[in-house]
Amino acid sequence: MSMTLTEKILAKASGRTHVDAGETVWVNVDILMTHDVCGPPTIGIFKREFGEDARVWDKNKVVIIPDHYIFTNDKYANRNIDILRAFAADQDLPHYYDVGTERYKGVCHVAMPEEGFTRPGDVLFGTDSHTCTAGAFGQFATGIGNTDAGFILGTGKLWVKVPETMKFIFEGEIPPYIMAKDLILQIIGDIGVDGATYRAMEFAGDGVMRMDMEGRMTLTNMVIEGGGKNGVIEPDEVTFDYVRQRTDYDFTPLYNDPNPKYHSVRRYKSADLQPMVAKPHSPDNKATVTEVRGTRLTRAYIGSCTGGKITDFEAAAKIIKGHQVGVETYVVPATTLVREQLKTTYFDGETLWNIFEQAGAHMGEASCAACLGGPSDTFGRLQSEEICISTTNRNFPGRMGSKKAQVYLASPYTVAASAITGKITDPREYLPVEQDISAGGTP
Amino acid sequence: MNKTIKGKAFVVGNDIDTDQIIPAEHLVYSLDDPEERRFYGRYSLSGVPEKESGLPHGGIPFTAPDKFRSEFKVIIGGKNFGCGSSREHAPFSIQEAGAEAVVATGYARIFYRNAVDGGFIIPYESHDDLVENISTGDEVEIDGELNIIKNLTTGKSYPLKKLGDVIEIVEAGGIFKYAAKHGMI
Repeated sequence: MSMTLTEKILAKASGRTHVDAGETVWVNVDILMTHDVCGPPTIGIFKREFGEDARVWDKNKVVIIPDHYIFTNDKYANRNIDILRAFAADQDLPHYYDVGTERYKGVCHVAMPEEGFTRPGDVLFGTDSHTCTAGAFGQFATGIGNTDAGFILGTGKLWVKVPETMKFIFEGEIPPYIMAKDLILQIIGDIGVDGATYRAMEFAGDGVMRMDMEGRMTLTNMVIEGGGKNGVIEPDEVTFDYVRQRTDYDFTPLYNDPNPKYHSVRRYKSADLQPMVAKPHSPDNKATVTEVRGTRLTRAYIGSCTGGKITDFEAAAKIIKGHQVGVETYVVPATTLVREQLKTTYFDGETLWNIFEQAGAHMGEASCAACLGGPSDTFGRLQSEEICISTTNRNFPGRMGSKKAQVYLASPYTVAASAITGKITDPREYLPVEQDISAGGTP
Repeated sequence: MNKTIKGKAFVVGNDIDTDQIIPAEHLVYSLDDPEERRFYGRYSLSGVPEKESGLPHGGIPFTAPDKFRSEFKVIIGGKNFGCGSSREHAPFSIQEAGAEAVVATGYARIFYRNAVDGGFIIPYESHDDLVENISTGDEVEIDGELNIIKNLTTGKSYPLKKLGDVIEIVEAGGIFKYAAKHGMI
C-alpha cells in the first residue's frame, strides 16, 4: 500500500518496509538537538538513568545549540550554559556551539540548516517544539521533552506513533505582497490551534515549491501552532542545493508514494491570499490585515526562528527604507550568520543593517530574545501593557513577557509597514516596485 | 490502572498553553536540586490570566502566594491542554505543586507525551467538557479502574476515556521504568 513521505521516513528509521498511520514504532534517531533551557535537565536525566560516567550513544549525532537565555545577567540562566559547556567537554561533543566564542550561532532552528543537520529522509528530534521547522527539508523532525531526550542520549532510539498526514496545496504563483507567514496564519486560522493534533502537515503545490528554503521553513515552523506533530515538504533541487552546500553527509531523500492515504487535502488558490494577522491571544485568532487596519500599536518586533531569517529582514528592509519607525522597533537576527548578512546584504544601495538603524530600530544580538519573554532583562521583552506586532510564532497570554501585553502575529512585510505608521498597516501601501536584492553585492 | 486520586479540583479553560503553565522566565531553576525545584511548584499555572484562573469565578491562584505546594490535586481543563512549547517543566511543575492528574477533553501531543514518559502526572481525557460541571474547590475522585471521575461535592459522575496505548508506560511510572521492565535498557 502507498505511504506518505512521513510514513516512509518512519518505516526506514524503524527498519520496516511498511508502516501504517496509527502504529507505534521504535525509530533510530539520526540527530538529537538540544539547547540551554532543556539541555541541562536532559543531561540530568541521562546521568540519573544511565550513570554519572555514561557516554552518549553517538557523539556525532548530538547537537547542542544554546540560544534561549544568552544575553542576560540571570545567574540561573548563565549556570545552564556552564552545564552544557561542561557536558560537551566531558563527552567530547564535536557539535557544541558555545556562547562567547566564534562558534556561537543563536536560534537553533535556523542554525541547524546553516550547519547542515537538516537532511532529507532522516529523523531529527529536538527538545524544542519548533524543531518541526526542519521538515521543510523533507526530514522527519519533531519536538520532545527532556525525558525522551535523555532516553535518546543513552539509546539512540525513541517510540513514535505514526501520524496521519493533512495535505495543504497552494495552487499558482504567490502574489508579491504575500509571504509564507500569511499562508501559515491562514491555515492555522482555518484549522485551529488543535486542528492538526497528532498529525503531520504537508505543504505542496507550485505556490510552495517556488519558495526558497527560508520561505518553506516559515511554513513548517508553525505546524506546532496547529497542534501538528511534524511538517513536511517533499525535497527537490532547491532542497538538495541548499543541503549539499553545507554538508557532505550522504542523505537519501524520500518522497510520497503515488496516491497515499491522506487524512485530508485542502486546496488554496494563491492569488486569493490576503496579508494576515493572528490577533491576541492565540495563533488561530485570524483576521485579514484589512479587517484590523488602523489598530494602534506601541511596538514592533522582527526576529525569531520563524521571522528572523535573512529573507525576513530583506522583506522588512524593502518597506522600511527611507522611513522612520513610528513605534519602538526591535530587530533581532536569528543567528550570528544572519547578523553578519545584515551588514553584507544591500537593498537599493544600502545595507540592511543601515536601513534599520537609520529608521530608528533597536538592533539586537542573535538569540531567541523576547519571542518567549525570558528573564526580565531580555532584549525587547514586553514588560507591561504593550501592543506589539511581531514576526514571531506565538501570541498566547504572557508569551513575550507580560500577561498584560497584546501580541499580533504577522509577516515581515506587514510588521515593517506597521512599524512605520504605529498602526496595523497593509504592506501594499508601502511596497516599492520590485527590485533585486543581492547578498554580498556592491551598492 | 489500579489507582484512586482524590482531592480538590482546580478548573481552567481551553488551550492552556505551556507559557501559562510555567512562564518562560522560570525555566532557569534546576529540576534536580531539592531546594530550587520547589519554585516550579510555586509558579505552576502562574501564567493563567487572573480572571481565568480557578473557574468559574476566577481570581484563584493554583499555588497560593509564597507557597510551594498547591492545595489542588486534580486539574480540570478544556480542549488542547498543554499546547505550545515542548518544555517538560510544564507537567513537572504540576507534579511539583502536588497535583496528580489532569482531566481535559484533549491534549497537545508533546505535553501528553511528556506527562506520560516522565511519569509526572496522569493525563486523563473526558468525554464531556467538565469545565461546566466542576467548580474550583469541588472535591473530586478519579477511579482509575472504572475510568470515571466523581464530583463528590455535587454527587455526579463522568466517564473518562481509557488510557489506551500508553497505559503500560503510565503503570510502569515512565518510559525508563517501562524500558527497563521490557529489557530495552
